[in-house]
Amino acid sequence: MTALSIQNLKKTYNNGFVALKGVDLDVQRGDFFALLGPNGAGKSTLIGIISSLVNKTSGLVSIFGHDLDKDNVAAKTCIGVVPQEVNFNQFETSMSVVMNQAGYYGIPRKQALRRTEQCLRQMELWDKRDVVSRRLSGGMKRRLMIARAMVHSPRLLILDEPTAGVDIEIRRSMWEMMQEVNKQGTTIILTTHYLEEAESLCRNIAIINNGQIIEKSAMSSLLSRLHTDHFVLDIARPLSLAPIIAGYDIVLNADTVLDVAVPKSHGLNRLFQALSEQHIEVLSLRNKSNRLEQLFLDLVQ
Amino acid sequence: MNYSVAFLTILFKEIRRFTRIWPQTLLPPAITTALYFLIFGKLIGDRIGLVHGVSYMDYIVPGIILMSVISHSYSNVVSSFYSTKFQRHIEELLVAPVPNYVILAGYVCGGIARGVLVGVVVAGISMMFTHTTILHWDIAAAVFVLTATLFALAGFINAVFADSFDDISIIPNFVLTPLSYLGGVFYSVAMLPGIWQKIAQANPILYMINAFRYGMIGVSDVQIELAFAMTGGLIVFLTALSLLLLHKGIGIKN
Ligand SMILES: Nc1ncnc2c1ncn2[C@@H]1O[C@H](COP(=O)(O)OP(=O)(O)OP(=O)(O)O)[C@@H](O)[C@H]1O
Ligand SMILES: [Mg+2]
Repeated sequence: MTALSIQNLKKTYNNGFVALKGVDLDVQRGDFFALLGPNGAGKSTLIGIISSLVNKTSGLVSIFGHDLDKDNVAAKTCIGVVPQEVNFNQFETSMSVVMNQAGYYGIPRKQALRRTEQCLRQMELWDKRDVVSRRLSGGMKRRLMIARAMVHSPRLLILDEPTAGVDIEIRRSMWEMMQEVNKQGTTIILTTHYLEEAESLCRNIAIINNGQIIEKSAMSSLLSRLHTDHFVLDIARPLSLAPIIAGYDIVLNADTVLDVAVPKSHGLNRLFQALSEQHIEVLSLRNKSNRLEQLFLDLVQ
Repeated sequence: MNYSVAFLTILFKEIRRFTRIWPQTLLPPAITTALYFLIFGKLIGDRIGLVHGVSYMDYIVPGIILMSVISHSYSNVVSSFYSTKFQRHIEELLVAPVPNYVILAGYVCGGIARGVLVGVVVAGISMMFTHTTILHWDIAAAVFVLTATLFALAGFINAVFADSFDDISIIPNFVLTPLSYLGGVFYSVAMLPGIWQKIAQANPILYMINAFRYGMIGVSDVQIELAFAMTGGLIVFLTALSLLLLHKGIGIKN
């Protein structure tokens, strides 16, 4: 069963700007799905329409089989949204932000209190429950929005750049949290500009550019399209010329740094063997850039 | 689905909001009213004598109470709903399965609650200056609540169209306050010269104030039935308009 199904979705804003030009997208139940695209591509517009914050111009959206227009109560009940920008009442405490949202979903008070505590604890905000929300740090505000989005136990959680501006430690704990939630059966759609995040978390991916989906596939099959890996090698002794090794494209970046393009068909063993023969001692090795990032740039440009 | 939880959540949130900021919401009307009674009732009223057979002080009490109900039910909804839009937490309601009529009912009842509470505070203060008794409780209470409802709805519509904080003070300053003053709070229309009587009768607030005055002290310049019909009709019209605006997402959705 599809968690989200979108057919020929179009959006023209009031000022005439066409933000979505006929988007088709299916996200399977249980998936951890990445929605990627450059600034202004239309990601937030798409999420806005799915979560009833933006009126669509035409097209169909259904969530777990519930049409968003015809069966909107059932459809809305299935979704939790974490928006890109802070949108809670900054004068209320963390606790009442989450409690109110539970109330809007019709959850009776006793049950709402229990769920609110669970969600705030999961987001490590329980200690901050009585703090007025505008006094929370940026990362805490994001976590508060995640807690709020989960209070009614949605089957589909949509996160619009939840890790933007969040420190490394918290980002890692958010990754763990998202994986945990996904493991428990919640379908997740994530947008992010940190492609290594998408690469390590998500199983399927869509790339949107200028209001159109330009790529849809499984993460692994997308990555396997990359035939060349780029590495950076730090070497022990300075060189004046880049070594020449058949099959590999090597550039001397600084006198002790080599950039090497390694075709998948050749692998690394042959490279190291050849380097040893030329008495070049390698101290360390790292990826030049994230693999998904290279593909992304190729596709978007 | 049962929407009572959602409705009560909005209503309690609204009540918490204006009670939390009570120095801005409940204290000023108390002070203003005390000043009205002191200046108009005591200092000037003693020189005016009787109006329609009651003392001037007693004559102005109903109008002053209703005027504060009007301005507070209106301003509660306009400022609360506008800031809900402005801070974007309206989105919390839009993502959830809350029907538009529940959103409207929640905010309007919040405004009624504030209007009624302020009205009671003002009535309490007026009792420190005069000892009017209420002649027709049922009529007074009905006008009180219907007026609060009508102006809470009007405040809601203002908030829907408002694009800036200035927009939420234009109507109260340039329409509501003048119409209230001209609505016969401080005088009987019978005191006005010919043509002005006709003009005054086009002001809906005049009907509400007089109906309320009838409920309290049994004196009115207008027919009570007409006042109820007009208030009821306006409530139906503004409710329909608010629901239409919400349905179209005007000022709320892109
Ligand atoms: N209310 C609006 N009126 C007119 N145009 C808009 C409106 N909101 C967004 N747009 C335009 O629609 C396009 C898509 O915006 P959107 O916010 O969906 O992009 P995004 O993919 O989320 O970008 P980002 O990564 O920067 O968040 C942009 O060109 C934006 O300027
Ligand atoms: Mg965005």
